[in-house]
Amino acid sequence: MANAVLRGRAIKVGDNISTDLIIPGRFAHLRSNLPELAKHVLEDTLPTFTSRVSHGDFLVAGENFGLGSSREHAFVVIKTSGVSAILAKSVARIFFRNAINQGLPILLCDTDRISDGDELEINTTDGHVTNLTSGIRLSCSKIPPLMSAILEEGGLIPYIKKHKEFLFQN
Amino acid sequence: MGKTLAEKILSDKSHGDAKAGDIVIADVDLVFLQDTTGPLAIKQFKESGFESIAKPQRAIIFLDHAAPSPHRQLSNDHAFLRSFAKETGCFLYEVGSGVCHQLVAENFASPGDIIVGSDSHAVTAGALGAFATGMGSSDTAVALALGKTWLRVPESFLIALDGTFPKGVDAKDFILYLIGQIRADGATYKALEFGGQGLARLNMSQRLTIANMAVEAGAKVGLFPSDNVTFRFLAAQSRGDSYRPLHPDDHAEYEQTMHLNLAQIEPMVSLPHSVDNVLPVSKAKGVKIQQVFIGTCTNGRLEDLAIAAGILQGRKRHPDTRLLIAPASRQVLAQAIERGYISSLIESGGVVLPPGCAACLGLHQGVLGDGEACLSTANRNFRGRMGNPEAMIYLASPATAAASAIAGEITDPREVM
Repeated sequence: MANAVLRGRAIKVGDNISTDLIIPGRFAHLRSNLPELAKHVLEDTLPTFTSRVSHGDFLVAGENFGLGSSREHAFVVIKTSGVSAILAKSVARIFFRNAINQGLPILLCDTDRISDGDELEINTTDGHVTNLTSGIRLSCSKIPPLMSAILEEGGLIPYIKKHKEFLFQN
Repeated sequence: MGKTLAEKILSDKSHGDAKAGDIVIADVDLVFLQDTTGPLAIKQFKESGFESIAKPQRAIIFLDHAAPSPHRQLSNDHAFLRSFAKETGCFLYEVGSGVCHQLVAENFASPGDIIVGSDSHAVTAGALGAFATGMGSSDTAVALALGKTWLRVPESFLIALDGTFPKGVDAKDFILYLIGQIRADGATYKALEFGGQGLARLNMSQRLTIANMAVEAGAKVGLFPSDNVTFRFLAAQSRGDSYRPLHPDDHAEYEQTMHLNLAQIEPMVSLPHSVDNVLPVSKAKGVKIQQVFIGTCTNGRLEDLAIAAGILQGRKRHPDTRLLIAPASRQVLAQAIERGYISSLIESGGVVLPPGCAACLGLHQGVLGDGEACLSTANRNFRGRMGNPEAMIYLASPATAAASAIAGEITDPREVM
């Protein structure tokens, strides 16, 4: 997993950003060419995203981020663009699992307290965000231990490659 | 303490006592991939170090989203999926067979199953009492390898139904109404469980429409108990032996209960660009429509085509409105031909597309132009969904779609029935 403390800049998007807005179906022919697909990430809603984003930035969203299709490519192209964590008020179910499975922190907090361009420091271990620009500290909701374990290993595929099964007992 | 449908199925499949909020490792009865998310899942499967599929006879690949392929790269993806199916022994449904969710309902899903599909509308099979849910490629790859997945046992909303639909109103109007009430994230991580006296009067086609759109309220599953309707559907598909009774316990605990009378639902339409932006059709009348699309896993079944053909028979589509029809499966197409629905639809000026996802996801077969409006019987109207972020998508029932194709504008089907 990435460092427990991450520092970066916020790039904000709004509420209800669907996977169709993150990476539209019309680019399905590029799904086996992820670097090429990543050139189109968020282009229908934030056309400046690919030129603005730099390595380590945080994507900061509102409610119900990533609703819609199960396409994991939507998460992969965000990760490929250099984003090091996603913060949102709420996240759609499949997208949330996809994020953990790809080994990138996704934290739920009150993102109204973050403005576009703010400098943030995220502590993924105890789950809080410090807005270095405004001085506000935000706490994030916790994820279940199994999800933390998957995140620790860098995602579901590395986790399964190592353990060959889910270590969790019913 | 009684159990909900979700708790019952997950207890059974995790060999324990599953309660809402628990995390369980559950046996998976069916894993399926489709052609636009499957290639990544297979690459991840190979990367995970597994060489064989846990249950090859219960692993299916569907070529439906880009079928027939409109791109060289997608054709190569299809070839990759075909060769994986040959290597591992899993079954592959070729181009033209139909939409994965319809084929899962026709051929595989049974009450009490756990089904994982690399497509969010995998929830459709909940109509048959299967705990069916969409997952990303990593989760699907691991389900293929292990024959198991992890699940958080969801809290359930009970949607208790009463009454019967009035003339011109159908399952699509109901589910759009419900999503308008719950909102697009109101049931995130939850199970929607349908019950009540009204259930017995909903046929399997209507149940599939309703379960299909559970995910549009954020839900993990949309579950129906099993009953005579379930048994008759399975028996008609020569699968009567896979029927089993499945009901929630009397004292099951629901996070929320909603009582709805189907007699009070009217034709509904979802306006651009979100599914929960719902209005009665009577309040959206007159919006000009350049394309009507009837089909998909939501409303491409025989009963849907029967309704559309009944309205369009002997009438013509409006000259400014294209009419596209995509039957949900080959079985649906064959039966619709036999019953004369296809003749009625093409004589009215309709274009029949091959069984599959067709225009729904913006890849091909009906991509919209700038500023155009489409009235679709599909399940999503997100901006850009049908291939153009400058187009508008309205969602409605097959009856509203057929009536609107004749008038060239959004029309209440009760005016033409």
